[in-house]
Amino acid sequence: MSVLELRDVSRWYGNVVAVNGVSMTIGPGVTGLLGPNGAGKSTLIHMMGGFLAPSGGQVGIDGQRIWKNPSVYRNIGLVPERESAYEFLTGRQFVRSMAKLHKLSDPGAAADRALGMVEMLPPADRAIGTYSKGMRQRVKMASALVHDPAVLLLDEPFNGMDPRQRLQLMELIRKMAAEGRTVLFSSHILEEVERLANHIEVIVAGRHAASGDFRAIRRLMTDRPHMFAIRSSDDRRLAAALIADDSTRGVELTAAGLEVEAVDFRRFTQLLPQVARGADIRLWEVSPADESLESVFSYLVSS
Amino acid sequence: MNTIAYITFRGMLGRRRALLLFILPAVLLLLSIGLRVTGNADLDTAAALLTQFGLGALLPLLALLAGTGVIGPEIDDGQIMYLMTKPIARPIISTTKYLVAVALVVGFGVVPIFVSGLIMNGLTAGLASGFALGALVGGIAYCALFVALAVMSRFAVTIGLIYALVWENLIGRYASGARTLSVRQWAISVTDLGTNATSVTSEVHGSTAVPLLIVLTVLGVAVAGWKLRTLSITGSD
Repeated sequence: MSVLELRDVSRWYGNVVAVNGVSMTIGPGVTGLLGPNGAGKSTLIHMMGGFLAPSGGQVGIDGQRIWKNPSVYRNIGLVPERESAYEFLTGRQFVRSMAKLHKLSDPGAAADRALGMVEMLPPADRAIGTYSKGMRQRVKMASALVHDPAVLLLDEPFNGMDPRQRLQLMELIRKMAAEGRTVLFSSHILEEVERLANHIEVIVAGRHAASGDFRAIRRLMTDRPHMFAIRSSDDRRLAAALIADDSTRGVELTAAGLEVEAVDFRRFTQLLPQVARGADIRLWEVSPADESLESVFSYLVSS
Repeated sequence: MNTIAYITFRGMLGRRRALLLFILPAVLLLLSIGLRVTGNADLDTAAALLTQFGLGALLPLLALLAGTGVIGPEIDDGQIMYLMTKPIARPIISTTKYLVAVALVVGFGVVPIFVSGLIMNGLTAGLASGFALGALVGGIAYCALFVALAVMSRFAVTIGLIYALVWENLIGRYASGARTLSVRQWAISVTDLGTNATSVTSEVHGSTAVPLLIVLTVLGVAVAGWKLRTLSITGSD
């Protein structure tokens, strides 16, 4: 059982702040590090992996500092986002080399065990350069698991994987967590995190935006005001009809149509077609105006 | 074999650029055979070929290829993470890679220079062994310099080329001060100490060259280790 701890961690590059005063504790189980692209997730994982010095604050594992402390790698397995492994080695040579570098007593057996865990034994004697993206990801995973670490850090592990590979990897991550490991993975895809993590940490623009149980955060996300852009056969009458209901907080009549701010997403989406039909108004276009992950995240930050 | 060395050797010899490691010594050996066959391999000509091509081009270029190649590409594409996430002191990683670079320079530079000397003059005047000694100490120092550059900068190959071609070959030709800070001149100086051939003369005295070779080597290895220890690898954001 290992615990990663970040205390008031910041990282800046010149004048650019990549991570700003983040504190979190990551214990056993699956934790999802969620945030839009460029939010600072990789920077955080790199600091947790000891590849980047925090400009301020402390990053540690079980009370030990990580930066400039290679002994922590006995307990940490890291799967970097970048795809490249040693392409000239076979999967087995690669994982066995990693086992040897960990000075394991039987590197061959450890490598085969790790390759077996990710179902990579059959192609293990092929060069990594000939592997598909998913196979590379799994062989990287095997290299990170070969020394049976208590903590597993995965940077965007599902990037570029097909749905079947995703399911396999999710299953594997769940298994790792069930064995008592601390697994942290980063993702910018809400659904991935939802399916896998029981605890999430949300990072937006380098700041720690939310932390906790996924369902609570998801509720925050769906309960937020939603913006819709609507074009219809009679925008003015539709505006009047919508504003009469509690689910709508504001309506703006623009040259392009209506901009509606709904406070109750579910009620509004049921109400809109009924109101339109009742008033004999044709809806030409209804589109959510702020459904991007970034806007969801920025709402979280401001809430 | 040590695992870091094994991966590094595989990486160096498995890539297309490994061809360059073979081509340069092959050119030297072919030239030596040509001189020998045509009866032009007198001591002065042999010394000129080994100085100009052997120590002046083959050695620095090989050391540049090997010194930067053992670690630079791995840092650039992030593969170095697989070595750095192990409970191994990072200076051990850089020093092992440095030793691989030296081994490659010995195999593809020092040995061919020795064989080239043998082809042209046999063991006369200690020419072959003198040049082999000069190439060995020069190669050791060059590799330390280039490995350190590769850990410090993405532009190590360019900087190394500027040093070897512009500083040592061009500026060194006209400015005597530049020759004092030239690994090539230090290597020639050590060669001079190891051979009786009068045609080998260095502008830098052995008492200056030897300490400078040692200082550069120790400094290069230390800087590479220190820099790797604090090497930051940034992510995609």
